[in-house]
Amino acid sequence: MTPRETWQRIAANKIALASIIFLGLLILAAAFVPMFLPFGYEQQLPDSRLLPPGGKHLLGTDDLGRDILTRVLGGARISLMVAVSVECVVVFLGLTVGLIAGYRGGWIDSLLMRITDVLLAFPDVLLAILLLGTLGATSSRPETSAMLVVVSLGVTGWPPLARLVRGQVVALRQREFVDAARSIGSSHGRILLHHILPNLVSPIIVAVTVDAAGVILAEATLSYLGIGVQRPMPSWGRMINDALDYYKSEPRLVIVPATMLSLTVIALNFLGDGLRDALDPRKTRR
Amino acid sequence: MLRYVLTRLGLAVPTLLAISFLVFFAAYLSPADPVDIILGQRAAPEAKARVRHEWGLDRPPLERYGKYVIAVVTKGDFGRSYQTKEPVTEFIARGFPNTAILAVSALGLALLTGIPLGVVAAIKHNSWIDRFAMAFALLGVATPTFVLAPVLTLVLAVRMGWLPVGGFSLQEGLVDPATFILPTVVLAARSSALIARLTRSAMLDVLSQDFIRTARAKGVRPLGVLFKHALRNALSPILTVAGTTFGYLLSGSFVVETFFTIPGIGNQSITAITARDYPVIQGLALLLAGIFVGVNLIVDILQGFVDPRARVSDQKAI
Repeated sequence: MTPRETWQRIAANKIALASIIFLGLLILAAAFVPMFLPFGYEQQLPDSRLLPPGGKHLLGTDDLGRDILTRVLGGARISLMVAVSVECVVVFLGLTVGLIAGYRGGWIDSLLMRITDVLLAFPDVLLAILLLGTLGATSSRPETSAMLVVVSLGVTGWPPLARLVRGQVVALRQREFVDAARSIGSSHGRILLHHILPNLVSPIIVAVTVDAAGVILAEATLSYLGIGVQRPMPSWGRMINDALDYYKSEPRLVIVPATMLSLTVIALNFLGDGLRDALDPRKTRR
Repeated sequence: MLRYVLTRLGLAVPTLLAISFLVFFAAYLSPADPVDIILGQRAAPEAKARVRHEWGLDRPPLERYGKYVIAVVTKGDFGRSYQTKEPVTEFIARGFPNTAILAVSALGLALLTGIPLGVVAAIKHNSWIDRFAMAFALLGVATPTFVLAPVLTLVLAVRMGWLPVGGFSLQEGLVDPATFILPTVVLAARSSALIARLTRSAMLDVLSQDFIRTARAKGVRPLGVLFKHALRNALSPILTVAGTTFGYLLSGSFVVETFFTIPGIGNQSITAITARDYPVIQGLALLLAGIFVGVNLIVDILQGFVDPRARVSDQKAI
């Protein structure tokens, strides 16, 4: 299937298209809008506390007089950057382990899959919480805390992808075109890179899209618990936690970041479903 | 079957060892000095040196890890808390019942709501009930626990006044049953949604198979087809997801316990993490890993009862 056909399939799926548009706008807004806003993420305006939406503050201000729009977009930056970075780590680790295990087979395969099982046996967010706790994200500088979040979510998040890749490689390894490549004397590296890897791209893209939704939720949970991204970096989870003292009178403080979070997660899920249908028509979801 | 259970139990040992190793060395690599946590940073150097020796913190890390594992295995001794100096086991034993009752009731609620919802959605495939159920399920998956908690509290407790605002603690004598409702509902929501989605797709899979058509053709009543033929076969994937759901429930209990101030192990973990109380963190990590491994084992055994085919594949079980 050509990229053009794939794109046509996705464009025909209205929900997936809407998700792409939403995510695209979110990325653009997170990247560029804060530059044009006159407020900082943590800038407190003592005379404009808890302002309702409108005027200079499109979404109002919070209990410390911080502009909510600025903070929500800053939170989007963090969420998206963490998601992309974690998925890079996940793809790197999952692909490496899955390729080696699936292609080599034998005792290396058994060993790697046992390690994967051990990690799979533990819920990833829980392990990330414990790892972050011991690595000491709470007392780190903000940049370090964001990096530790990425490390802990990446290191605990790769096993499902490794399993997926391994399964695919085991199946691909026995196909005729791999035999053909081997019989004309291609090296293992060449077979992996030119014959097996291209066939893995679609399933990995689908898996990574859906997983990114989970990563964004996990980052928000960690930051909500106070052990994720530290101040002054804004995060949707942190904003919701900050709002807990005032949400009874000002539900907006919770609802704005929560809506952004849920919409992003839903959009990624729909996009993942749409990509699956578009890239692999045989596995069409019911 | 016995052999299968034994191999699975054998697999649990390396899992727990790996978790303890990971957490122990993450603690060792962290920049904080345990003695500062025990005595406070301003303590005299002599006192610090004495405490370092008494707690065995001057020994090489591998030796300390080995001693820790041996003490855990032979004496059930998980060390003492850096903060309160009390044994970790006593500390955890106080919080555990609160978490256990919360997690188990949430799992019950999730199964009791998720399975019927999924079954109905599958029977009425593509009807408005199906769409409604799946929209509800998607919302449940995409709404994090820490959003649902304040929103439901605001609506049901603050505005309507139907339920109390706070949580519960089993240590405080008689507990008002109403205080269980909100935390349980909040914790169960996500799992209920996951179970509903999976039940629906498992049922759709089964319902489209030939033996269902055969059963209908030979005149089995619709409800008989549903319960005896379809649901029985869909139960196996549902069981698996119930096991993994338990993991979500445990991490969800961290959020629910901190929000409703329930003194369970989730709350204790967060306190220990902010205070860098490593022995407590290690103990809790092992306990959580143990629970998770145990639950998965139970699921696997139940799997054998639900689906006899799972028993045949004993040999390739691991």
